[in-house]
Amino acid sequence: MATVELRFSALPEHVRTARLVAAAVARRAGVDESVLDEVRLAVGEACSRAVGLHRRGGVTGAVRVALVDQEKRFLIEVEDEAGLDTVPATAADGGDPDEDTLGLAVLTGLVEDLEVTSGAGGGLIRMSWPVSADALAV
Amino acid sequence: MDLSLSTRTVGDRTVVEVGGEIDVYTAPKLREQLVELVNDGSYHLVVDMEGVDFLDSTGLGVLVGGLKRVRAHEGSLRLVCNQERILKIFRITGLTKVFPIHTSVEDAVQATD
Repeated sequence: MATVELRFSALPEHVRTARLVAAAVARRAGVDESVLDEVRLAVGEACSRAVGLHRRGGVTGAVRVALVDQEKRFLIEVEDEAGLDTVPATAADGGDPDEDTLGLAVLTGLVEDLEVTSGAGGGLIRMSWPVSADALAV
Repeated sequence: MDLSLSTRTVGDRTVVEVGGEIDVYTAPKLREQLVELVNDGSYHLVVDMEGVDFLDSTGLGVLVGGLKRVRAHEGSLRLVCNQERILKIFRITGLTKVFPIHTSVEDAVQATD
C-alpha cells in the first residue's frame, strides 16, 4: 500500500493542483485511462466542495487529500476542517444557487463507491476505483 | 490552464466563446462576463464550449445562474458542445433537460424554439 498525501490551504487556486496530482498518481497506480477523467473530475468536485465549506464558514485551515494505492482499489480521501454548521442549505455569498447540490450530484452520478460524512471537526469524502488487472500483472 | 473568454455578436445573439478550464477558481470570471452581458442588455446568449478542457459543478452553477438571469428578461441561453466528457456532466446532473445543447454555433444562432 502506497500513499501520496497532499495538504493545501482551502483556496480555489489550489484545486487544479489537486486534480493534476490525483490524476497522475491514479495513472501510476494502474487506474484505467478511460476512468482518469472521472477521477480528475471527482477529486476536483470533492476539493471544490471542501474549499466552499471553509469559505462559507469563514474557517481557515487546510484540505487534505490522500491518494492510496490499495493494490486492487485506488482510494481517494478528501478531508476538510470546516465544521458541520458550514454545510449550506443554499449558497448565500452571492454565488449562484445550487452549487453544493450540483457538486454532490456530480459526485454521486460519477463515483460508484462514494461515502460522504461530516462531523463537528470537518467532513470526509471517500471514493475508490478499481485498478486494472493488467497493471497488477506488471 | 486558465480560462479564456471572447464575445461576438451574430444577429440578435451574443456568442461567448469559452476556452480552457472552468472550475472553482476560474468560474467567477465566466459569471462576471455573463452578468455584464445581461446588464448591458444582451439577453440571447450562445455559450460556445468547444474549447473547454474541463468543466465542474461550479461551472454548471454559473451557467444555471446565467440562464436564470436571461430568462428574467425573456431571453435564452444556448450551449454549443460536442465533447462527450463535458456532455456527460450535463447528463448526470439532469441539466441536458434544462439547456438547449447544439452541435454548432450556426445551429445555436439560428435556433428559435
